[in-house]
Amino acid sequence: MSANEQVDLQELAPAEVGEIDLYQHREKIYTRKIEGFFQRVRLFSGWPLLLGYFLLPWLQWDGRQAVLFDLPARKFYILGLTFWPQDFPMLAFLLIISAFALFTVTNLFGRIWCGYTCPQTVWTSIFMWLEQRIEGSRNQRIKLDKAPWSAKKIVSKGLKHCSWLFVALVTGITFIGYFTPIRQLLPELFTLSAGMWAGSWTVFFTLATYINAGWMREQVCVYMCPYARFQSVMFDQDTLIVSYDSGRGEPRGSRKRDIAHNELQVGDCIDCELCVQVCPTGIDIRHGLQYECIGCALCVDACDSVMDKMQYPRGLIRYTSEHELSGGTTRWLRPRVLGYCTVLIAMILVFGLYFFGRVPVELTALRDRTELYIVTDSGDIENIYTLHLANKDNAAHQFTISIDGIAGAEIIGATQYEVDGGEMRTITLRVIANPGELSKTSTELDFIATAAANPSLKAKAESRFMKPL
Amino acid sequence: MASFWSYWIIVLFVITLVLITWVLLANRKTGSQTPDKTTGHVADGIEEYDNPLPAWWFYMFIITIVWGVGYLIIYPGLGNFPGLIGWTQVGQYDNRVAEADARYQDLRSRYLALPVEDIAQDPAVRKMGMRLFANECAQCHGDDARGRYGFPNLTDNDWIYGGDADTIKATLINGRIAAMPAWAGIINDQGIADVTQFLLHLNGNTADPAQVAAGEEVYQTYCAACHGTEGEGNQALGSPNLANGIWLYGGSEAQIAHSIRAGRNGVMPAFQDTLSDDKIHILSAYVYGLSDQ
Repeated sequence: MSANEQVDLQELAPAEVGEIDLYQHREKIYTRKIEGFFQRVRLFSGWPLLLGYFLLPWLQWDGRQAVLFDLPARKFYILGLTFWPQDFPMLAFLLIISAFALFTVTNLFGRIWCGYTCPQTVWTSIFMWLEQRIEGSRNQRIKLDKAPWSAKKIVSKGLKHCSWLFVALVTGITFIGYFTPIRQLLPELFTLSAGMWAGSWTVFFTLATYINAGWMREQVCVYMCPYARFQSVMFDQDTLIVSYDSGRGEPRGSRKRDIAHNELQVGDCIDCELCVQVCPTGIDIRHGLQYECIGCALCVDACDSVMDKMQYPRGLIRYTSEHELSGGTTRWLRPRVLGYCTVLIAMILVFGLYFFGRVPVELTALRDRTELYIVTDSGDIENIYTLHLANKDNAAHQFTISIDGIAGAEIIGATQYEVDGGEMRTITLRVIANPGELSKTSTELDFIATAAANPSLKAKAESRFMKPL
Repeated sequence: MASFWSYWIIVLFVITLVLITWVLLANRKTGSQTPDKTTGHVADGIEEYDNPLPAWWFYMFIITIVWGVGYLIIYPGLGNFPGLIGWTQVGQYDNRVAEADARYQDLRSRYLALPVEDIAQDPAVRKMGMRLFANECAQCHGDDARGRYGFPNLTDNDWIYGGDADTIKATLINGRIAAMPAWAGIINDQGIADVTQFLLHLNGNTADPAQVAAGEEVYQTYCAACHGTEGEGNQALGSPNLANGIWLYGGSEAQIAHSIRAGRNGVMPAFQDTLSDDKIHILSAYVYGLSDQ
């Protein structure tokens, strides 16, 4: 750095102010109950999902639980399908598609996942509803918290925590019910005869639900959720956001309803702070787009109700976009959306092809661990293989093992194998070949298992056949 | 671990722990906060907004430090200090093995009580046997038990020491050491060549008739005592059949001559110290069942 570029150090010195704590105590958020259009939307979209979550483990299919992720047995049942650990690439692909779908939706509609479907939001609102029913309205709750401990306060708080724990317990048991048969788990838990793992995981998920939805609440979104933090890369000027129309609302000010506000030189915002009081993350939406905003639209409903009372048009706080706020219109078909959608559809198609082309048979071939090849007395070459034949179908099948790749090569050992549904069979055999047919020291050799009754049920395993140099 | 390195690790750990704790506590309060909620730090006109973490985050740091100290007191990790509960990886492995043994003990004991012949085709026995075989036997006899040069095929019906259940089990328990002497100093080169021709003839291969006749004489003098006058072998001695076309060490002229000249002392190890009785019993049944295929 040359001398004339030197920066004046004094300018950079921090301003003198008092000492602060790097960690702050949380200010409890008391949310006010509000009803409105978007709350009804949430109700109608949330209930089917909740019911699905709680009822799915109870669904039976062919005498077993319809959706069960049996980790010890490494079998994953979804309705009529059984997935094995070998199918995990499919899960990875599915998760990538889900993530991409989330990006697409976020780019179009902002954080509607957070506001309507995220379990953190859904369970928090269930817990808030219980709180409301037991401890009363926002003002009553603030008063109760400030009041000294009394019998009434203990009863009311105790009742609230019991109800929270009950919901959390049902949630926890249901969750574990996806991993261990719930029809056995439930009676076992209540007779305290469940296994250590099932029991401790149930307790873990119960406590996690209770703490997350009862105590942590918006802190999960604000401090812990990565999705909240990388919003900026998915948002653009046309993304749907919950926003306050400051052009229409400012300057804000309280007024009497019967005075026309153009007389008072004020905007439409009457500064009632209802939008702040209903916000589950405790922000003031009038400060503009903030990363804490989960797009739940509670403030929209609150503001609309006030606008109705004031007989102003609705939508002072509304779903809008930055383009629209600055006077333009929201462009829905924009290159970014089209790009996202194209990639998403392509990925879904590839996944679909892969999924429906999936054959429930798996064959792997391992070469003998010690000997590369054996030369017989007659001069032929033998190689030994161990095959693992997994029948992922539900029914038993008779399989025929054949080889392909070397002319005249034959299998020594049995080639017919019966494998039960959901079973894996280990097969050892050797292959004999005439060295005259082998041009290289290592020749490709494929093993093929074909179901006798259903030739489309077929799996191939690639291996190699070795001969001396 | 030498005691110096043990103390080295302990000292490093203590210094790091103290340092971490000090950094955490010393930085808890920061210098200043301006009225506009920035920290007051400015660089190139960019101000740092003060966005404090919740207090419970701070307590989580404390908990992890306490947890770390507790962990190193209870579990090994601090130099040579073994930890209060004396946990080791070897111990955990032994526990798991003991657990598995306890779990399958009953099943295996039930099979131990039954004769080898009766359980040889039992699917569960074959499954267990196959795994035991893959672990203990396949290294020599091959994954498919068909053997290879120097190691007999266990799936045919040619047995060197006998293929009845008791003999197979005895072979597994005590092992076998073959005792084919080296004849190089006793039979001259011409004699060895003649016997080789005789053996080739015995197995239906083309051979020199004059040498076959001479070789038969040598055979009856030196070899017949163990391998029998017809080359039929003797399972009590472990001397293989020389007339059935099955050769453990190869059936070419050169290979046969070499076997005679240098002798053969193939070894099957004893498994009585490696495997428990019930496992040997199941393995015997598996091998017995192989030859019936």
